[in-house]
Amino acid sequence: MLSSFAAETLARFQFAFTVSFHIIFPAFSIGLASFLAVLNALWLWTGDAVYRTVFDYWKKIFAVAFGMGVVSGIVMSYQFGTNWSEYADKTGPVLGPLMAYEVLSAFFLEAGFLGIMLFGREKVGNGLHMFATAMVAGGTLMSATWILSVNSWMQTPAGFSMNEVGQFVPEDWWAIIFNPSFPYRLVHMVLAAYLTTAFVVAGVAGWHLLKDRSNPATRTMFSMAMWMALIVTPIQIFAGDEHGINTLEHQPVKIMAMEGHYDSHPDGAPLVLFGIPNPAEKRIDYAVEVPKLSSLILKHDWNAPLAGLDTVPDDEEPPVTIVFFSFRIMVGIGFAMLGMGLWGGIQRWRGRLYDTTWLHRAAVVMGPMGFVAVLAGWITTEVGRQPYTVYGMLRTSESLGPVAAPAVAASLIAFIVVYFFVFGAGTFYIMRMMGKYPGTPRLGLRDGPVRAAGITPLQQTHNAHPAE
Amino acid sequence: MDVIFELSFIWAGLIAFAVLTYIILDGFDLGVGILFPFAQSKKDRDTMMNSVAPIWDGNETWLILGGGGLFAVFPLAYAVVMSALYMPIILMLLALVFRGVAFEYRWRTERWKRVWDIAFFGGSTMAALCQGISLGALVQGIKVTERHYSGGWWDWLTPFSITTGIAVVVGYALLGACWVMMKTDGAVHHRMRDLAKPLAIATLAFIAAVSVWTPFQNYTYFERWFAMPGFLYTLPIPILLLFTVYMLFTGIARGRDVIPFFAAEGLFVISFIGIGISFYPYIVPPSLLITDAAAPDSSLKFALVGTSVLIPLILAYTAYAYWVFRGKLDPENGYH
Ligand code: HDD
Ligand code: HEM
Ligand code: HEM
Repeated sequence: MLSSFAAETLARFQFAFTVSFHIIFPAFSIGLASFLAVLNALWLWTGDAVYRTVFDYWKKIFAVAFGMGVVSGIVMSYQFGTNWSEYADKTGPVLGPLMAYEVLSAFFLEAGFLGIMLFGREKVGNGLHMFATAMVAGGTLMSATWILSVNSWMQTPAGFSMNEVGQFVPEDWWAIIFNPSFPYRLVHMVLAAYLTTAFVVAGVAGWHLLKDRSNPATRTMFSMAMWMALIVTPIQIFAGDEHGINTLEHQPVKIMAMEGHYDSHPDGAPLVLFGIPNPAEKRIDYAVEVPKLSSLILKHDWNAPLAGLDTVPDDEEPPVTIVFFSFRIMVGIGFAMLGMGLWGGIQRWRGRLYDTTWLHRAAVVMGPMGFVAVLAGWITTEVGRQPYTVYGMLRTSESLGPVAAPAVAASLIAFIVVYFFVFGAGTFYIMRMMGKYPGTPRLGLRDGPVRAAGITPLQQTHNAHPAE
Repeated sequence: MDVIFELSFIWAGLIAFAVLTYIILDGFDLGVGILFPFAQSKKDRDTMMNSVAPIWDGNETWLILGGGGLFAVFPLAYAVVMSALYMPIILMLLALVFRGVAFEYRWRTERWKRVWDIAFFGGSTMAALCQGISLGALVQGIKVTERHYSGGWWDWLTPFSITTGIAVVVGYALLGACWVMMKTDGAVHHRMRDLAKPLAIATLAFIAAVSVWTPFQNYTYFERWFAMPGFLYTLPIPILLLFTVYMLFTGIARGRDVIPFFAAEGLFVISFIGIGISFYPYIVPPSLLITDAAAPDSSLKFALVGTSVLIPLILAYTAYAYWVFRGKLDPENGYH
């Protein structure tokens, strides 16, 4: 069945599948690690036990999410070689060192201090424990920095030459690392991680507020998350806009696909709000358009001309339908988040932040939306780069290794089965923990006898009871 | 000697160092998983797992460095080896998924605890087996024509590679037993001590079998070990081995805490050096020399600058993390 597909299709699907699973966890743990560092710092600074309760609550959730991020990440670092060995041989000289730096400067840092952060407070004291927590947070950000540099270089390659065996040879490391799309992508992704986490926290807090408005830990969580939503969403939308303008400069074809511009518009291109791409006829069916708005957004001029896909050879065109829809999903969620942020701000101003039931319900619904936006954003980015792996330089079809379709099909099935089973279970455990209110003595275990000091860290039994 | 020559050899040394560190650190940690079914109670299993819980992630990061480092400085070797060892590598990755998540999941459920116990055992054993198989397949040699892997999908599967696979499982189990002996008191400690001796004997038997078999895989290996100038260089290896074996057995017999662990690690270090001697100057025998597979000079230099600063730093804070969780584990005061 699956093996009737070409090895290339299967390998692409396998890569997309494994990396999509992977990105879900970092998107959460980058944000959560910083959140935990802030909570711990606030606790040390103010001495307010509520921060400690919230810290201990999210710490356990973090541990599970982080574990899933690690194991899915290890798979990624070998994916380049197993299916994409031509790609690995050719881009290794440029991308390999960046990834090696990611391992050396980020993964070791996270892993080295994670144990102390999770289990070591009693052993090392509060000061060093704070340091370890900050190192874990710093490690996740460092990791994002390197991997986004790698990805951005694939989108906007710079600073290299080619050698006689077809490898990319690094000439200027500064230009490679700080390639044209890297700053935009880094900012956009880190903000995305923070927003994703903020909305998860808001969703969990909203859920508990619906049942009990008095728990101070829940209130603190909700308040902090709503501040993030209010402040960060507008910045993210601004960053996304800048990102798009940068993409127009370096990957105009991707923008054509995102905007659904099959035709060129010599005097002002419309913004297609919605429609259904029709690749066969090369047009957007049922399009709802705002005239000239696209030119305004992208060129800051109502009448600026914009070229369309009619100027691009067919074999250079990315799959329009996917890019068109995924982009709209991301942007739609961005504006929904903005709406949430504003609503929360207004209710706070009116002193009703903890009493507006509908706000709490909406927060629950919006809880997982950050993940959807992150995935949609990445699909836009990556599918829009097709048919290249290194934009304009190396085609996807030339990146494939000497793999046989049945081998790729077998491993793909194995990944699908294992990932759904393992990460499904993990998601279930996380949701179950989230379902308990902050300060629950034995968070994370459903039944069975109390295990002697086994599950609950000492501090949680001793001093983590919120004033109720 | 021009610069490229030297740099690629420095890098071959560094990659070998990363792989060896991985084996030293993750070996015992996988071993603890392999021994999981031999624990006598749930509490013993808790203790065993807790003895590695704070450090396993750091240990596994060396595996990522091995892969990532190879991708960076020997991209051709990375490409060829990953293609040739497609199945064992994918199986190892999936196995690591199971055992990695077990560290957290196990504490999050009562009803499914058994499931994650089995995942921890099965994942650890499978990962060790695949690593051993990969090693054996590399020693056998990988076919390369014009920068592509040119063998078949099942070339890695031979009696030799299966033997090396089982050898690694048994060896890691020995490391795990010695680690748990070092970290615990009471029932678990004694249980592991009972297991350590037969495991040590089995490990030695496998080392002997593989050592005798290896020279016949490839004539260069044979020459290296038994022809005259090479023989003199390789002579210290068996001598060191004898000393380590003596320490290991007396350590176990006298019930010492620390010596058996370090002696068992010593076995691995010596075997690893032995394999290194066979491999040199190839990175993928018998097709790719270290110099053939090296990335351009600019990559090697750039990566080396940071590596020489970061590796000592990493070793320092890794040592600190081990120091924080030093000493015997108090089973009543688990980490979780
Ligand atoms: C380090 C590089 C890198 C990074 C960080 C990402 N990708 Fe990617 N992606 C690739 C490197 C890559 C690639 C190796 O270049 C692929 C494999 C085959 C291909 O066409 O490009 C690819 C393909 C690829 C495809 C298939 C596109 C197609 O074939 O039409 C999808 C849907 C994604 N990726 C999705 C993602 C998501 C959700 C990511 C979020 C983390 C992501 N990628 C990050
Ligand atoms: C194909 C691309 C990728 C590869 C090869 C890769 C590789 C890895 C590996 C090996 C780990 C485990 C590290 C450990 O043991 O601690 C990991 C974890 C992580 N990755 Fe990725 N990764 C990729 C994409 C991404 C992206 C796009 C991001 C974020 C923007 C990201 C951020 C992280 C973070 C923050 C972690 C820490 C663990 C966690 O958060 O769960 N990675 N990755
Ligand atoms: C409504 C406002 C938004 C706009 C205008 C916007 C714009 C963009 C654009 C143009 C890209 C594609 C970049 C490329 O061509 O490579 C992109 C990618 C992405 N977006 Fe957004 N975005 C918005 C909101 C969001 C939100 C709310 C999230 C998540 C919480 C998000 C997450 C991402 C991610 C993860 C990527 C892929 C990584 C990257 O290329 O930076 N975006 N966004």
